[in-house]
Amino acid sequence: MSTYPDDLRYSKEHEWVRVDGETATIGITKYAADELGDIVFVDLPQVGASLEQFGSFGVVESVKAVSDLYAPVSGEVTEVNPALSGQPELLNSDPFGEGWIARLTLADPAQLDELLDADGYAQLTA
Amino acid sequence: MSVAERPAPPTDASGRGAAFASPEGGEELGVVEPLIFEASRAGRRAVRFPDASQRARDAADGQPPLPAWAQRGRPARLPEVSELDLLRHFNRLAHLNYAIDLNFYPLGSCTMKYNPKVNEWAARLPGFAESHPLDPDAIAQGSLALEWLLAELLKEISGFEAVSLQPAAGAQGELTGLLMTRAYHRSRGEGETRTKVLVPDSAHGTNPATASMVGYQAVTIRSNDHGGIDLEALRAALGADVAALMITNPSTLGIFEDQIDQVLEAVHDAGAIAYMDGANLNAILGRFRPGEAGFDVMHFNLHKTFSTPHGGGGPGAGPVGVSSRLEPFLPVPLPVLVNGDPDEVRRNAWAGRSTASARFALDHDRPQSIGKVRMHTGNFGMFVRAYTYIRSNGGAGLRTVSDDAVLAANYLRIGLADAYELPYDRICKHEVVFSGRRQKRQHGVTTLDIAKAILDAGVHPPTVYFPLIVEEALMIEPTETESVETLDAFIAIMRDIAHRAEHDPESVRRSPVSTPVGRLDEASAARRPDLRHAFEAGDV
Repeated sequence: MSTYPDDLRYSKEHEWVRVDGETATIGITKYAADELGDIVFVDLPQVGASLEQFGSFGVVESVKAVSDLYAPVSGEVTEVNPALSGQPELLNSDPFGEGWIARLTLADPAQLDELLDADGYAQLTA
Repeated sequence: MSVAERPAPPTDASGRGAAFASPEGGEELGVVEPLIFEASRAGRRAVRFPDASQRARDAADGQPPLPAWAQRGRPARLPEVSELDLLRHFNRLAHLNYAIDLNFYPLGSCTMKYNPKVNEWAARLPGFAESHPLDPDAIAQGSLALEWLLAELLKEISGFEAVSLQPAAGAQGELTGLLMTRAYHRSRGEGETRTKVLVPDSAHGTNPATASMVGYQAVTIRSNDHGGIDLEALRAALGADVAALMITNPSTLGIFEDQIDQVLEAVHDAGAIAYMDGANLNAILGRFRPGEAGFDVMHFNLHKTFSTPHGGGGPGAGPVGVSSRLEPFLPVPLPVLVNGDPDEVRRNAWAGRSTASARFALDHDRPQSIGKVRMHTGNFGMFVRAYTYIRSNGGAGLRTVSDDAVLAANYLRIGLADAYELPYDRICKHEVVFSGRRQKRQHGVTTLDIAKAILDAGVHPPTVYFPLIVEEALMIEPTETESVETLDAFIAIMRDIAHRAEHDPESVRRSPVSTPVGRLDEASAARRPDLRHAFEAGDV
């Protein structure tokens, strides 16, 4: 069983969220990146867009498949990762770090309770 | 084809052209065939146009020149080659190609059956080949008769009330079907309220794409453990806001939806349209008629089920069949019989006779039509081939086509069941979906590696990583046109690869080694495509 960073929360759709004060950084998990294979394109949300928890907010395309991205929490997009448009492979090489996708202002901290912790997510993907 | 049979590849000093980077990046694997642009020499010609006649020059005199905005700033940089250069270039490329006429092609979902050569004979008959789509009806009676008769045959096969041959491909057939669905709901004042299209997760990827293109929201319905649609999930999602259900049946798992009657009842109770993706029709000819079962619309893929070519990207043909509810919305024009008894015309045609009194025309006067979706009446050459195929098989023959296609898929299913995981272990239809999960987890050999190893065995690989609901999917569709010896040979290839994955995984991961180029770097090709020829140093 793989282990996942303890400071993140995980959705069943394989996205993660890291909360720092009112800012939530979101991305896809290493499991998702491995399953997708080499990622070749990320359709990023617009800054200012309003995301809804578990709603689709973008698309990630790999050599195998095109998949929707689902927001793990609700919030307004304040920043997107500018590196991803030129280097989508960051999602494969460092999904929990340099491969982050967007930053949001966290709308409702209670939504975190609907997500999995690292152990729960590890069990889901075992 | 083995490596030894190929001529030594020409070398390319520039390192550009049709060269391929290795997966490690950067290193050239050698050029298989230079680009036609590299053979270009100034002034060399394959075609020489005659001088313009005096009459043409006189006619051109005094005509205004093309406006400046329509004129090129510099000549188009077309390759300048002789006819022989051209012929050799494309023949060499053709020799590198793989086709159903060379060997087995079990590409799931694509129905790569043999395309009988009699189809080509029929399509080249001068009366068809030299007809023009703008011929007046009076001199196009044979072509119109063929279109009308083909539509009659497709109606008979599918159980639908009416057929339009116009869409040029399966996905365009889907688009046509949903445009008609939208027109139907609008005609009933429900155009604004019905905004969703339900799509099972085992459907073709084009289905949700089509729904989005027509402006609908695609909503995914999950499959149950048996690979069928989850009826409870379907019922929960149906309502007054649903325009249609799009279902691929048999599904991309090669499984016939055994609760189809309940699915259709639920969809109709909700006032929605039932769309069937007919891409997998090759499994059910003579066994299941979707129109009769209650579907409202379906597209046919003539290039799958009815043996018209897939080659070179088309042209395809994706006729749509509709129930009486959708008939008023069919695209225009529609070939119709305007004089003569339809029964008599059909009877005569099936007996190989024409009907002297029969007159055909193109009907443009359909006020509720969604309009045209394709030039003229569609890809006519494909209609001749599909008609030839249907007529040369006949009703009983078509049923045998499907029975044999299903038998072949199940033969592979049994023959490989202990070598690869079967996520849905049940009798399948025309295709069988295995998972390479065991090979990946236990031996680090992925489905992509397996597909490349199949290339080394001289066979086109199956569809991989689709359907998405199967991990490491290998989707195999043998079709009815393969002999049992071919199927046995394929089973042996697949068993050998499974054996090597276990005992010599590196040999599988290294493949392909016998192909014109080795493992291609698909990720870099997609991330940083290099598609332009550098004519001169410094061009990018």
